[in-house]
Amino acid sequence: MVSVEFTGEATMNEVCYVNSGGRKLKSEVIRIKGNEADLQVFEMTTGVGVGDDVEFTGELLSVQLGPGLLGQVYDGLQNPLPELAEQCGFFLDRGVYLSALDEAKKWDFTPSVKAGDKVAAGDQIGSVKEGIFDHWVMVPFQLDGVLIVKNVVAAGSYTVNDKVAEVENERGELIPLTMSFNWPVKRAVNCYAERLKPSETLVTKLRIVDTFIPVAKGGTYCIPGPFGAGKTVLQHVTSRNAEADVVIIAACGERAGEVVETIREFPELIDPRTGRSLMERTIIICNTSSMPVAAREASVYTAVSIAEYYRQMGLDVLLLADSTSRWAQAMREMSGRLEEIPGEEAFPAYLESLIAAFYERAGIVRLNNGDIGSVTIGGTVSPAGGNFEEPVTQATLKVVGAFHGLSQQRADARKYPAIHPLESWSKYEGVIDKKKTEYGRAILFRGDEVDQMMRVVGEEGTSLEDYIIYLKADLLDFVYVQQNSFDPVDDAVDPERQEYTYNILLDILTAKLDFAGKEEARTWFNRVRQNFLDYNSKEWKSEEFEKLVSTIFQLLAEKKIGVEADAEGIL
Amino acid sequence: MQKVYSKIESISGNVITVTAEGVRNKELAVVETRYGSSLAEVIRLNRDEVALQVFNGGRGVSTGDEVRFMGETMKVSFSDNLLGRIFDGSGKPRDGGPELTDEMIEIGGPSVNPARRIIPRNMVRTGIPMIDVFNSLVESQKLPIFSVSGEPYNELLARIALQAEVDIIILGGMGLKYDDYLFFRETLEEGGVMSRTVFFVHTAADPVVESLLVPDIALAVAENFAIHGRRVLVLLTDMTNFADAMKEIAITMEQVPSNRGYPGDLYTQLASRYEKAVDFEGSGSITILGVTTMPGDDVTHPVPDNTGYITEGQFYLRNGRIEPFGSLSRLKQQVNGETRSDHRAIMDGMIKLYAAYKESLEKKSMGFKMSDWDEKLLTYGEMFEREMMDLTVNIPLEAALDKGWEILATCFEPEETGLKTELINQYWTNKV
Ligand SMILES: Nc1ncnc2c1ncn2[C@@H]1O[C@H](COP(=O)(O)OP(=O)(O)O)[C@@H](O)[C@H]1O
Ligand SMILES: [Mg+2]
Repeated sequence: MVSVEFTGEATMNEVCYVNSGGRKLKSEVIRIKGNEADLQVFEMTTGVGVGDDVEFTGELLSVQLGPGLLGQVYDGLQNPLPELAEQCGFFLDRGVYLSALDEAKKWDFTPSVKAGDKVAAGDQIGSVKEGIFDHWVMVPFQLDGVLIVKNVVAAGSYTVNDKVAEVENERGELIPLTMSFNWPVKRAVNCYAERLKPSETLVTKLRIVDTFIPVAKGGTYCIPGPFGAGKTVLQHVTSRNAEADVVIIAACGERAGEVVETIREFPELIDPRTGRSLMERTIIICNTSSMPVAAREASVYTAVSIAEYYRQMGLDVLLLADSTSRWAQAMREMSGRLEEIPGEEAFPAYLESLIAAFYERAGIVRLNNGDIGSVTIGGTVSPAGGNFEEPVTQATLKVVGAFHGLSQQRADARKYPAIHPLESWSKYEGVIDKKKTEYGRAILFRGDEVDQMMRVVGEEGTSLEDYIIYLKADLLDFVYVQQNSFDPVDDAVDPERQEYTYNILLDILTAKLDFAGKEEARTWFNRVRQNFLDYNSKEWKSEEFEKLVSTIFQLLAEKKIGVEADAEGIL
Repeated sequence: MQKVYSKIESISGNVITVTAEGVRNKELAVVETRYGSSLAEVIRLNRDEVALQVFNGGRGVSTGDEVRFMGETMKVSFSDNLLGRIFDGSGKPRDGGPELTDEMIEIGGPSVNPARRIIPRNMVRTGIPMIDVFNSLVESQKLPIFSVSGEPYNELLARIALQAEVDIIILGGMGLKYDDYLFFRETLEEGGVMSRTVFFVHTAADPVVESLLVPDIALAVAENFAIHGRRVLVLLTDMTNFADAMKEIAITMEQVPSNRGYPGDLYTQLASRYEKAVDFEGSGSITILGVTTMPGDDVTHPVPDNTGYITEGQFYLRNGRIEPFGSLSRLKQQVNGETRSDHRAIMDGMIKLYAAYKESLEKKSMGFKMSDWDEKLLTYGEMFEREMMDLTVNIPLEAALDKGWEILATCFEPEETGLKTELINQYWTNKV
């Protein structure tokens, strides 16, 4: 952080450049007192000295929006990292800032308005083809009132900086429009008709999520967990498999290596929904742990602003932030330097409201033209000491719609994904009938109770009936809740298969089973489990798949003597 | 352009302030005291008030002592002349050899552009089943050993260093006990690798603050070797001492502590060091193995906790063994898909069963009657500990996998293992 004396005006969150040793270091005004401004510098401040001069730009910290964002890898301030590498080599040199969008590239623009049309902020004035999408060229979000189109170019090839139209505002001013514009990252985009209630499931292809603790389009969820429990793997798997149009990955303050996997793998992976490379629907905003901490704070806002931009085109956008705790820590570091009165664990007192405001930027909206678009936000939380009773986890839990809590114990026992099936919750609708999933959850609960009890009274003191419940819960856990992300088939399970599998399991869970004793029961469940395990890695409806299904039903027929009374009506 | 000031305004802990002009952030200075000279680094500038942290500590510094600003940041010499040499925490020779001044390089340089990193893919074989089978170590990984003091973590570090196929070994010691320093020297000499090793050793007897430079110096040197195509292994022991030195400075600077006195940027500080681990495309690599001692055997202590969030896994050393729970190599999946078709299944399957064994053990300790299943698990757990976990076991990965199947076949029926039928058909060994 540096403090500067200024003459004239300074604006909160204005971008400045500190001129030091021939370099211009990007900074943001974070406090103004009299004629002194405090700046957070988005770079290491080595070599900065008293007396260096500072340039004020008058512009707020912004993202550049326009065609060409998809497939990009940016740092927290929207510097394109591959281009930076071309220029600077292996290392991130200080003070080098490149344009976020390719300024030379020509896009085939087709206008959708004509002179005399009335438009407003966020309305489409034309489109270009960006990969698999029709990328809407829109009226910049910050223009107010009704605007009249004065002229628009003919269909043709243009760069993002070419003028494509002119509009006149209510004050009679003529405003030129290009295919790109800037948006201040800390403001939510609100050019839409109304916000709707998230009601449709966002399919992740993880059984435990879609079935028991679903995520909704336009909803929010969080993944807290101690280190090593599987937060990043979970987000990585979701970024690959989720049924969203656009996925934005905000790698916030964690390992660079984890982003590299995405950067290197995604261009090679084919998205089964589109037949194109996964990278074409992905944007990576990456401010990893050794990159400047001040830019880490900005990075999540950069990410969410881009998410809102694609939502404005009627697309379903999924934003995955890993980890929101690093963002909170960046705020803590800044707040500490400003010598603000610290709150709990030295986090700033306004932490909670900032977290709430961030998740509030998720949502499903009806746009002015009637189309629906959504931003879904999933954030990991890295609680100190793995203890969820800490400010960031608690503040997050207050505002999100689903909680996927990871458990160290489950990770230790290699029960992946290590989401705790009993402690986690969701307010959203899943892909399977709620009555059925509730029955499964109840079995998991009771199985856990029996397990706890057995620890007190021993297996001997447990009734056969209870023991069977325990085995049923164990089976459901082993073959359904757990899922092998490294198996090509098990990695991504469609809702159709989830329902099919769940129904088979439900037949077993609801069955009255006839066993002479515990040993026989255990052996039988082992056999069923073995078949299910093999089933999980067989292609949907393949010959082997069908064979295993019939074996499972055969095994069930041998022992089933009826249906549990509490299961009447759900089958 | 050296400026000399002879009035120190304040001395507090290891931090001094002087009034000076034209000084730049992170600039280096030399403080001349009656007891010798010490390096100091600018850590805060407030108009003409300059705060410096003194690497030899504040003890013995007098207000009349001279402070000489060097006009540049901390640098260290880099060339092949470093090999076989031993230096102290600030880069001065500790072995009686000549001071090196050729090709001075900056320390604490910028981080690698993530777009230029590649996915690590070379397994480092150690002969230790708990590593090779269950948590494979990978070239360019950053991974600490979590341990209480008294465990043989330095022995483990040295053993891996000798076994690993690397070009250069750099040892960064922080608060290293003298005996341990000698141990490393002897072991690496006996192993015949001393001629491609560099030591930067800060011992427990040296001023605490001086340890702050060790990781940056060691890693700057490593980075340059790596850029020149060498595969470098950096050993950092003990990073908890490094963190404690930072805590000391933070407290002196009256920073608001975040957790048990540690500064709020502990995570960032540790990360900027560990993230130096890298595999340069078309060139060399840096692998970092560290030691993080856990005060009070508490993994939630801020140092191991923050470290765990930064590094690519950790090996828990407890009772002379690498514990399967909590131990983790986050890069193992980059390499264990190509070793043998049963590797991943054995890796997870055996640990699942070991977790079940622990539960049976608990029940047993409570005096419950053991079921057949419990009995099987008990036999299994003991075998697993004896034939896999024991650190004296030294066998190649493939032999360890075979051993795994042998243990499973001795203790269980195939269907009890939770392993896929396909693998069982291929690997199940008939009972011995
Ligand atoms: N779903 C999973 N399947 C298999 N292994 C997993 C899974 N999730 C996590 N792991 C293992 O645990 C390690 C740590 O997971 P990661 O997601 O990086 O943890 P976190 O982000 O919570 O610290 C991974 O490198 C992997 O070895
Ligand atoms: Mg993670």
